[in-house]
Amino acid sequence: MHPLIAAKAKEKLLLLGNEAIVRGALEGGLRVGAAYPGTPSSEIGNLLFQLQRELPGLYFEFSTNEKVAMEVAAAAAASGLRSLTCMKHVGLNVAADALMTLAYIGVKAGMVIVTADDPSCHSSQNEQDNRYYAKFSGLPMLEPATPEEARQMTAYAFELSEKFELPVLLRTTTRVSHARAVVEVGDLDPYQEETKGRFEKDLRRWVPVPAVARVRHQVLLEKMREAMVLADGSNWNRRYGKGRYGIIVSGVAVNYVLDAVDELDLAEKVQVLRLGFTHPCPAGLIAEFLKECETVLVVEELEPYLEEAARAVAQERGLKTTILGKASGHLPRFFEFDPGQVKEAVARAFGLSYQPPEPPSLTWVPELPPRPPTLCPGCPHRETYQVIKEVLEELGELPETIFPTDIGCYTLGLLPPIQMADYLICMGSSVGTAAGFSVATNQRVVSFIGDSTFFHAGLSPLASAVYNRHRFTLVIMDNETTAMTGHQPVPSQELRPPELEDRPRIDIEAVVRALGVSHVVTINPYRKKEAKEAVRPLLAQKELAVIIAKAPCILYRARVSKK
Amino acid sequence: MEKKRILAVGVGGQGILLFSRILGEVALRAGVPVAMSEVHGMAQRGGVVETNIVLGPVRSPLISKGEADVLVGFEPVETLRALGRANQKTVIISSTDPVIPQIVKDGLATYPDLAEPLARLKETFDKVYLFAGEKLAKEAGTARALNVVALGALAGTGLLPFAKEDFLNAIKTLVKPRFMEANLKAFEAGFAVTAGV
Repeated sequence: MHPLIAAKAKEKLLLLGNEAIVRGALEGGLRVGAAYPGTPSSEIGNLLFQLQRELPGLYFEFSTNEKVAMEVAAAAAASGLRSLTCMKHVGLNVAADALMTLAYIGVKAGMVIVTADDPSCHSSQNEQDNRYYAKFSGLPMLEPATPEEARQMTAYAFELSEKFELPVLLRTTTRVSHARAVVEVGDLDPYQEETKGRFEKDLRRWVPVPAVARVRHQVLLEKMREAMVLADGSNWNRRYGKGRYGIIVSGVAVNYVLDAVDELDLAEKVQVLRLGFTHPCPAGLIAEFLKECETVLVVEELEPYLEEAARAVAQERGLKTTILGKASGHLPRFFEFDPGQVKEAVARAFGLSYQPPEPPSLTWVPELPPRPPTLCPGCPHRETYQVIKEVLEELGELPETIFPTDIGCYTLGLLPPIQMADYLICMGSSVGTAAGFSVATNQRVVSFIGDSTFFHAGLSPLASAVYNRHRFTLVIMDNETTAMTGHQPVPSQELRPPELEDRPRIDIEAVVRALGVSHVVTINPYRKKEAKEAVRPLLAQKELAVIIAKAPCILYRARVSKK
Repeated sequence: MEKKRILAVGVGGQGILLFSRILGEVALRAGVPVAMSEVHGMAQRGGVVETNIVLGPVRSPLISKGEADVLVGFEPVETLRALGRANQKTVIISSTDPVIPQIVKDGLATYPDLAEPLARLKETFDKVYLFAGEKLAKEAGTARALNVVALGALAGTGLLPFAKEDFLNAIKTLVKPRFMEANLKAFEAGFAVTAGV
C-alpha cells in the first residue's frame, strides 16, 4: 500500500505540500478527480492517478486540458460526488470560461479547485496572482501556508463548498506545493466500492440561459455576503501577539513573518493577523485589527490583494491607520519573497534597526558559467531541431524563418546552439501565432508543438488554419509523453505502461489528415538522412504542412521499460 | 535544539532531492521539527538544483543571504555560486568533482580553473571540508551515490543532533535494496571525510 494512504490518523509523515493536499482530499472523501499536469501542481495529479488503483471508488483522469478537467469535476460535483481539479496558475486561464459560470450554477457535493501559483516563474511563463480569480468569479478561497495546513484546508474545503454549494479555490504557491514538512495525518475512511452519484435535473439551476443566469448571479452575490461573515469568524484567520504595530499576512509569507517576529523579538510590540480564508476577504476582522494598530504592514507575495482590501476597509470605516506594503515600497509586487527580505521590511516598517548577516567578501570568486536547463543528451527534440535546421539552411531559408514555439521541454530550443524558438505566449500558441505570422509577413513560418500540448490546445487552431488557408509548417514533436511535468499519459502514445495498455490510441497523423491537412509526413528524427529527405519537399513549398517527428522521450522510455 | 539552516546545492540529476528526503526522515524520526523547500520541474533539466532544509524552531523553509549554517555543495561551481547565502561561520562541505555544463561543452562559456578559488574558499570561511565526491561514490560502487557521500559528510561533522545510526536507518528505509550496499559504503566514505578531521 502506498505510504500516503497506509498512514493511520495521528501518524506523522514528511510530506510535500502537494502530497498533503492529496491526503487531505482523500480524508475529505474525494471521489472524482481530473487534471492536466503543470508545475507546481503536478504531483497532485500523479499521486491520484497512481492511488486510484489501490482505492476502489476513487476515479482520476488526466484530461486533455484544464478546462476539460474542470468540467469533469464540476459534473461529478453536480451529481453528488466530491471532486477535485488541480492546475498551475496559467491553467486556470484555460479553465476560466468554465469557472466563471460554474460559480453561478454551483455544485451539490463539495468541489475543490487547486490553483498552484508560481511567484518568480520557476517553471512558468508568467507569475500571475490567481487570488484575483476568487474575487473575479466570486468563489471562496483558502490559502495554506504549510503542508500541514494544506492537508487540513483541503479536507475542510469540501465542507465549505457544500455549505455554499460553490466550488472552493485552494490557492498554493511553489513554496507551499513544493515545501516538505511534518504532517500529522487525519482519519481516512476506507475506500471500498465504486460509488456513483445521481444527477437531479433542474433547469433553473444548471442551465444558465440569460433568465437563469440573472437570478444565479444574485444568488452568488448573496452567498458571498454570507461567506464573508464566515470568513470573519473562521479559525483559518488568526491573531497573535500585541502592540500598536500590526502585520497582515497570508500564504507562505506567514512563516517568514512569524520567524521575523521571533528573531526581531517583537511579540510584545507587533500583532499579527494571519489570514488563510482570504476570499471573501474578512472585512470585519481586518477592520477590528486596523482599529487597534497605528501602523500595519501587509505582507503578501505578488499583487496587493489584501493591501487593497485593507485600504478599502479603512476608507469605508473612516480609519486613519497607516497601511504599508507594496504601495509604500516596503515590499515588491514581483517575485517570491525570502525570509530575510521580509525581516528587513518588518524592521523598516516599524523603525527598528536590523543588520542582516553578511557574507564575507567574495570578490575572489571567478566568473561562473551559467547552467540553464537544457535538453537531455540524446533527447529526440535535439535531433528534430537539427533535421529542420539543416534542411532550412540548405534551402537558404534559415535566417528569415520565424519559429513560433510552445510549452514543453522543447521550449529549451530557444537556447544556443539550437536557437529555434522565436515567439511564445501560452499552451497552443505555436499554431495560432503561426497563422498570424503567415498572414502578417512574407517570412517562412515553422512552428513547434509537443504531442501533449497539441491535444491540449493545438487541435482547434489547426482546424482554423486549414479553413483559413494559412501557410506554415507545423512540427509536432511527438515524444509519446508529457515529459516536462513528469511523464503523464498522452492519448496518442504507443509506448505505455501496462496499466494503460487497454486505452484506445488516437493517432496524431490520422487526426491531422482528418482536419484536412494534405501535406503530412511522419519522421524518425534519429534517422537523419531519411528524415531530411522526407521533410525537404514540405519545407520547400508554401502550403500548410505538418511534420510529425516521432521518437519517445529517452527518460520516459527508460521508465516504462523498467516496469 | 538550536535552529539549523542547511542549504544543499548541485546540478539536476545528482540526487539532491533524495539527500533531503533522507535528512528530513532522520529529523522526523528524531522528533526534531523539519521543513524544506525543493525545486521541481524545468530547473531539473540539467540546471541548478537547491534544497533549503531548516531544523529546529524555525518555520521559513527558505534560506536568505548570509543565513546558511551549513552549505552542502554537490558540485564545486555550485558551491561557489551559493556563497552569498553563507557567512563567515557557515560550515562548508563540498565535492570538488566538476559537472561541466552543456553550455561549456557547446563552447559558449568557460569552466573556471578551481585550484585558486578552492584555496581561497578555505582561507575565507572558518570551516571547509572538501572531498572528491564522485570518486568516493564510484569507489563505493556507483557514481549515483554522491548524494549519500554528501549525507555522510554532513553527518560526520557532528553539527546535527542525530546519531550515525539514525542516518543509516533512514537510508535503509529510503534507498532501493539493490543499491543498498553501495549507499552504505558511500555514507561511510563521506562520514570519514569530516569525522576524521
